[in-house]
Amino acid sequence: MMPSVRIVIWVVEGTWQGCVDAARRSIPAGARVALLHVTPSDVTGVAAAAPAGLLGRTFAGRRPTLPLPDVAGAAASELLAAAAQRLGRQDAELLQRRGRVEREVVLAVAENVDLLVVARDGDHSRLGPHSLGPATRFVVDHAPCAVLLVWPDEPPGVESMPPPPRG
Amino acid sequence: MPSAIAETLSGLLLVATLVCAIIRPRGLPEALVAVPAAGLLLLFGVLPLSEAAAEARSLAPTIGFLAAVLLLATFADRFGLFEAAGSWMATGSRGRPVTLLALVFAVASTVTAVLSLDATVVLLTPVVFATVARLHLRSKPPVYACTHLANSASLLLPVSNLTNLLAFSASGLSFARFGATMALPWLAAIAVEWLVLRRFFAADLIGHAEASAVPRRPAPVYACLVLGLTLLGFFLTSVFDVAPAFAALGGAIALGIPLLRSGRTTVRDVALAIQVPFLAFVLALGLVVKALSIHGLGSLVTHLVPGGTSLGSLLLIALVAAVLANLINNLPAVLLLLPAVVGAGAGPVLAVLIGVNAGPNLTYVGSLATLLWRRVLRQRGEELPISEFMRLGALTVPPVLVAATVALWISLRVVG
Repeated sequence: MMPSVRIVIWVVEGTWQGCVDAARRSIPAGARVALLHVTPSDVTGVAAAAPAGLLGRTFAGRRPTLPLPDVAGAAASELLAAAAQRLGRQDAELLQRRGRVEREVVLAVAENVDLLVVARDGDHSRLGPHSLGPATRFVVDHAPCAVLLVWPDEPPGVESMPPPPRG
Repeated sequence: MPSAIAETLSGLLLVATLVCAIIRPRGLPEALVAVPAAGLLLLFGVLPLSEAAAEARSLAPTIGFLAAVLLLATFADRFGLFEAAGSWMATGSRGRPVTLLALVFAVASTVTAVLSLDATVVLLTPVVFATVARLHLRSKPPVYACTHLANSASLLLPVSNLTNLLAFSASGLSFARFGATMALPWLAAIAVEWLVLRRFFAADLIGHAEASAVPRRPAPVYACLVLGLTLLGFFLTSVFDVAPAFAALGGAIALGIPLLRSGRTTVRDVALAIQVPFLAFVLALGLVVKALSIHGLGSLVTHLVPGGTSLGSLLLIALVAAVLANLINNLPAVLLLLPAVVGAGAGPVLAVLIGVNAGPNLTYVGSLATLLWRRVLRQRGEELPISEFMRLGALTVPPVLVAATVALWISLRVVG
């Protein structure tokens, strides 16, 4: 028996619904599916670093709050569960990572993955090099497997093509 | 003591004071090095007792005012003001990321102006982060907006930034006049930040969220009312020639009593919220900088900073202030620069504030703090995206400095 195809769908805030919908239409029924989310470590780093400039003003009497990485982790679990439900595949494996997003995605698909489904996330109004965000660009360049690049919303029409160069 | 040695000693003690305040080894209070440093300078006669007494007298009202503002923000947090703001932003955005960013701009600018940048950094930013995470939108643009606006939107009122409080008492401006003159520069700075951030993060401002994902929190009406009256009080005190610190103190008492009565805060929490070690640190830092100032650096700074209120002079002052704030930190920068500009009237003092407040967005939180803090964060498993932050800083800080200073120049001619 042929081993089943293994597909990873990269779930990102802002584009995940469209990405999951496109994947649902495109992936074969027998494929093993995993949903991947990476929490960026740099955003919590920005928030954690800002108090350095206050030189000790820390609001010692404030309400206790959850550490930001925990808040982000809980939100990521929710998002993956919502994505599995939208995909209609409760058997999907949920992969949660934290770090530099683009590198973690490439590492997550380094072994035994046949296809990575990625949503475009760049500037929709200027199709060209900038229609892929920097992290997506990195993943498309470095992923050691086939990449299915999907539009998170409606694909552009043929009229979006610029006129051909003269001469 | 020869002046060169005195200057070197004060310089070394300033660096030691700042380094200790930023890394705070083993969580020790920031005053631990600052207070003995000031004591040492007094003991060796580097700082004459009469000068120290005069500096302490001029800093005392500012330190009292700061204590009251810190209390006000802590109590507002206890009333759930920031959670309510998070829920309001989520509902108001209707799940649209650009609208959400606009509301974060409005809230962060207001919180910074009224309750100080400290409140935005420590109390509002975590709430914004949690709100955006629950909406499953990308958190980078709103979090960067908070950290940037904490600096650049702290121009409006004396209470918005400790640097403003220090300059306010030295400038002789009334609270109302300060606010009226800085309103236009404040708006100019926020407008520039919006234009740049909106474009810089265009790829991250996508998608749509269910606004109902964030639990609804009712606005704490009583706390909002007290804060509104406190703000009004700030302006009224200047009419009746009363120190505006009393308005802040009144607001803090009005918020603190119901909290204490209902057990939502304790006397211990209140004592912690005043942050006595930090107040001691400010006083000691003031003395250390004073010693450095009277032994040569003061005349060097006076030489660097132009007098006059022409647009060119104001721009140059803002630039010098921004560079100095990035080299050391904005607190010692403003303490060093104030004596040089305070005789020249309101314009140069306010230009210094534009530089020291908006400038630190360039090297994150001042280069010294960034260098030291990076290691602390690495140990905690956090990553500081230094190149991205500095790229955004390089795109925002120069236009913010120019726009705000031009706005100040216009304001000085209109408000007088």
